[in-house]
Amino acid sequence: MLERALNGNKNYWAWLMVLMSIIGVAVVFYLYQLWFGLGVTGMSRDVSWGFYIAQFTFLVGVAASAVMLVLPYYLHNYKAFGKITVLGEFVAIAAVTMCLLFILADLGQPQRMLNVIFYATPHSMLFWDMIVLNGYLFLNVIVGWNALSAESKGVPPPKWIKPFIYISIPWAVSIHTVTAFLYCGLPGRGFWLTAVLAPRFLASAFAAGPALLILLCLLLRKLTRFDAGKEAIQMLSKIATYAIIINVFFFFCEVFVACYSQIPEHMDHLTYLFFGLHGKGALVPFMWLSMILMFTGIFMLLIPKVRTNESSLAVACVAIFIGTWIDKGLGMISGGFVPNPLHHVNEYIPTIPEIMITIGVYAIGMLVLTVLYKMAISVKEEAAGLS
Amino acid sequence: MMENSRRSFLKIAGVTAAGLGLKPVTDVLASGGHQTKSSPIGDVSKGKDVLTAKRWAMVIDVKKMAHDGTVHKCIEACHKLHNVPKMTNKRHEIKWIWEEEFHHAFPGKHHEHIAEAIEHAPFLVLCNHCENPPCVRACPTKATFQREDGIVLMDFHRCIGCRFCMAACPYGSRSFNFRDPRPFIEETQENFPTRMKGVVEKCNFCAERLAVGKQPACVEASDGALIFGDLDDENSDVRKVLKSDYVIRRKPGLGTGPQIYYKV
Repeated sequence: MLERALNGNKNYWAWLMVLMSIIGVAVVFYLYQLWFGLGVTGMSRDVSWGFYIAQFTFLVGVAASAVMLVLPYYLHNYKAFGKITVLGEFVAIAAVTMCLLFILADLGQPQRMLNVIFYATPHSMLFWDMIVLNGYLFLNVIVGWNALSAESKGVPPPKWIKPFIYISIPWAVSIHTVTAFLYCGLPGRGFWLTAVLAPRFLASAFAAGPALLILLCLLLRKLTRFDAGKEAIQMLSKIATYAIIINVFFFFCEVFVACYSQIPEHMDHLTYLFFGLHGKGALVPFMWLSMILMFTGIFMLLIPKVRTNESSLAVACVAIFIGTWIDKGLGMISGGFVPNPLHHVNEYIPTIPEIMITIGVYAIGMLVLTVLYKMAISVKEEAAGLS
Repeated sequence: MMENSRRSFLKIAGVTAAGLGLKPVTDVLASGGHQTKSSPIGDVSKGKDVLTAKRWAMVIDVKKMAHDGTVHKCIEACHKLHNVPKMTNKRHEIKWIWEEEFHHAFPGKHHEHIAEAIEHAPFLVLCNHCENPPCVRACPTKATFQREDGIVLMDFHRCIGCRFCMAACPYGSRSFNFRDPRPFIEETQENFPTRMKGVVEKCNFCAERLAVGKQPACVEASDGALIFGDLDDENSDVRKVLKSDYVIRRKPGLGTGPQIYYKV
């Protein structure tokens, strides 16, 4: 079935070439990082996690959002999603692949990564993160591949994948919960030490993921003969609407708890992010932009006329995606580390090599997604032609 | 024809894998559950001068510490002995023990009218070798681990450099080797390992000195300002000080059980 990804027009191959050149450049930067050490990044003794882990945190959410298609379709027989569940599962595969690559890129001694298996440590959340991420990748590969393969043969999917499908639903929730547990169980980090972190992660995931899926479906309609269907896209947009509202509500709860209790340990991180602290405030414009984007997205999605018009829907989805990306991909990590446990303010700003490697990993994800989507669309166009 | 040979290959491969997997299982069963793995370097036993304890701890006498130069001597003794590099880029700074002002060492305890002696006194901060260390809880490979006598140690060869322990530590005690530290070591001491890039490091309570009957380097250099000993031993110096004087610890409410006590 993979051979279907080899039949493409000029634009398809040009796109793949662009992606592969970007990846090539990123590999060179990564080799530089391997040789020099993680000092090529903007990370420091105080902000010891940066862009790589932030992207991993954001993409775990995007991966988990495949469940927003699987749950309604397989558990509640919502037929409109039947056409696109595979597309959601393929997004999950691309996203989890990027997660694993970002974790790898962030390791100081990547060649020792198997130590997490050899010296398995169940009381460490990173151990469970490794398990749930790889398990989720495995689940989506098995389910997505077999469902698509069955569709290409014109038969219903084999009965044995049903348990895998059912497991993938709580498993999707678990990947983001475990990732949140990396942060919210650390006693010294007041910004992360909140029970609402896992729910908030899930809410922003269920906004960003469907937003991405909508954009991908609209793109597919432009580039191919595949049409996800207006009902599916509209239902996804409704899911994204409620999810982003809940995410912003959870954030507002966090702001209230910190700012009404006025406990410095909790307030200082928000102050740093939104107003700056001790003269340092590199993230301030980004955080406000994120708020503006998320509120704009909510406002647009709440108006039915705007939501049903697919051009304005696309704009809303871009706003939601970028807004949640800034929230998780920029604010979450720096906010937790600044100020440091001794109340010093040392900022983090990513460096060029770090950004290039990040773009490279995103390019790998896009490559995986392109190839899988090419395969899926080829199967679906054929199946539609036959029926 | 292809079908048959592929199938028989898989059959043989499967049986081989099962057979190979059988050996470790039968080994464990045959040994009756007792692991009798012999060490590749022969039997390892304790040295004759080794200092042992049930629970190592340190008291820092802040008033004595304020004497000119003592802080600097303690820091230099530790960093020199342990090949701690002097990095030129502050972001890549590595420090096992260093000096902070009161409101940085004890962020929750500061107020506007703090005693002058405290406000300007140098406070030495280092790894607290917690009773309940969150860094050990976080480490996915047990590269950082707690010894029976309470010392929290690092295995630099197992560390994968994920820096989860650095996020977990509520005291900022840990440093990461963002690049190869060796060019930045002023005078390499041959009797203590240097580290490679990509691993985390921190104070080790001079476990290597305790093993040969010596006090930690900072304690030795401190002229009595640092008191080190076994909390479990009623007659130890640390217990004597704790009995007679009031001490404070950093962030005690977090439940980490820090074992560095500050006599203010």
